[in-house]
Amino acid sequence: MDTPRAQAAASTTGVQRLSRPLGETGKYLVLALFSAFFLIPLVWMVSTSLKNAEELPLYPPIWIPDPIRWDNYVTAFVEGSLGGYLWNTVVVTVPSVIGAVLSNALIAYGFARVQWPGRDYVFAIVLATMILPDFVTFIPLYLIFRDLNWLNTYYPLILPIFLGSPFFIFLLRQFLMALPAELTDAAHVDGASELLIFLRIVIPLATPALAVVALFQFIGSWNDYFGPLIYLSDVDKYTISLGIANMESAYGFSNFAWIMAATCMSILPIILLFFFAQRTFIEGIALTGLKG
Amino acid sequence: MTAAASSFRFSSSRDRRRLATGLLFISPWILGFIVFRVYPFLASLYYSFTFYPVLRSPRWLGWDNYVNLFDDPRFLTSLWNSTYYALGAVPLGTLFGILLAMLLNMRVRGLSAFRTIFFLPSITPIVAAAIVWLWMFNPRSGVVNYLLSFVGINGPAWLGDPQWAKAALILMSVWSVGNAVVIYLAALQDVPRELLEASSLDGANAMQKIWNITLPMISPVILFNVIVGLIAAFQFFTQVHVMTDGRGSPADSTLMMSIYLYQSAFEFFKMGYASAQAWILFLIIVVFTMVLFRVSGRLVYYGGR
Repeated sequence: MDTPRAQAAASTTGVQRLSRPLGETGKYLVLALFSAFFLIPLVWMVSTSLKNAEELPLYPPIWIPDPIRWDNYVTAFVEGSLGGYLWNTVVVTVPSVIGAVLSNALIAYGFARVQWPGRDYVFAIVLATMILPDFVTFIPLYLIFRDLNWLNTYYPLILPIFLGSPFFIFLLRQFLMALPAELTDAAHVDGASELLIFLRIVIPLATPALAVVALFQFIGSWNDYFGPLIYLSDVDKYTISLGIANMESAYGFSNFAWIMAATCMSILPIILLFFFAQRTFIEGIALTGLKG
Repeated sequence: MTAAASSFRFSSSRDRRRLATGLLFISPWILGFIVFRVYPFLASLYYSFTFYPVLRSPRWLGWDNYVNLFDDPRFLTSLWNSTYYALGAVPLGTLFGILLAMLLNMRVRGLSAFRTIFFLPSITPIVAAAIVWLWMFNPRSGVVNYLLSFVGINGPAWLGDPQWAKAALILMSVWSVGNAVVIYLAALQDVPRELLEASSLDGANAMQKIWNITLPMISPVILFNVIVGLIAAFQFFTQVHVMTDGRGSPADSTLMMSIYLYQSAFEFFKMGYASAQAWILFLIIVVFTMVLFRVSGRLVYYGGR
């Protein structure tokens, strides 16, 4: 294959022949090391969730429990009221996803496909609000929701999402602006209203971008800890993140196996979603960084 | 982008109709902006100048909260801890993010498998990750020290040792670098092949290509990630709250600004004092973002613009 080059520069190919495979091996070695780093905690989580209580403090640690205690998962539901936490999280997450898709689609359409005076100045404000940390606004927000008597309800976690989020607006606007004008020109000429065009033409075309928003919001709501922490006070209203954190601090080390089972269950929906929608995920993440 | 094109002139009734339509579409955002952004922003600024025990109404104090904060050793500790964490986690995350993305970009067999493995921790709920790492860091029976023992290292007490607790948190932050890897990988795939090939013909070696072509080409993405990472690092909360039961232990060594702020508001019910902390946090973020934009003006390459 590389005989002509080998003849031309015998000395360098000698080095190359040696360094190529070395470089290749090195590359896979580093990748394998990092893969281990990323996987070990997840493997450890699953392994611990199937252990006997007696196996927990053993050193060196046991990786394959014997016997495998599937009933830890039952215990998580019975002792840890995992079912209630999961259900509460669904109750918060589903409307949040609907709210995020609806509101951000509308708003992004207003910024991307309706030409109105001053639009781009207002959009600059949308972008500027992205660096406003939640920690600056949460005290007044908490007080607003307290005065509305909405503490210990799910409203503070869901309703704000129906009013759009700058990040999603930005993402969808990029996508909508890239759709060619000709798509909607004909409908405009025919005198169709913007709302009709939005619903009939643009929404169907924007499905991939809307899927990204739905996915991100799902993960955001499912994983949220801070919101539930400040707004929810009844343990039976806790969402999953708060619920497992509560199990961890309420039950000691001896119950750790079934707490890990609960933890695995909290991740399962996200992992399933990831494997079903991997492309949407990867493309969505890539999109967030590239257009910045 | 087209800011100049859409001026405020209302030349026709058509413009006015479009304005009405546009505003109608963005009306949810306008409402949210006023109620959930502008009002809380101004209210917290106001509260930061008041004495506000949550059950009574705020009383004007002037600069007292701010003056007191800088006499408050716990606040200074939290300032130090957050800065330490941010300056540790962000560069490390950037370095490993780019390194792993570059490795994946070098025609790797099993690319999608590696990408999945790298990405999974990023979507793992933070609380779940925090609980697992908490036990992995256990000095006696934890996996971390067990693995270190294979290379002859007698691991520290990690979260039990004030000297090592922040390092543990930084190490853990690298675990969720996968998000950045995916972003960097997408950016690397956009670097024009011809540029790299041309430079090979000119005799550039791999390091020179990385330094003179690849990194400049992806520099806007790096800047974006660094800024987002820094903003997140200064608001680092959940892991510490879960792993230390909200205390920032041991000996306040993981007391982040966000944790102390939360304590001021919801444990000591000092809403005014907490708001002043929030404003200092905000100013730090603004200053860091501005400095980064300034410094990067010379370093970031925007495609000839």
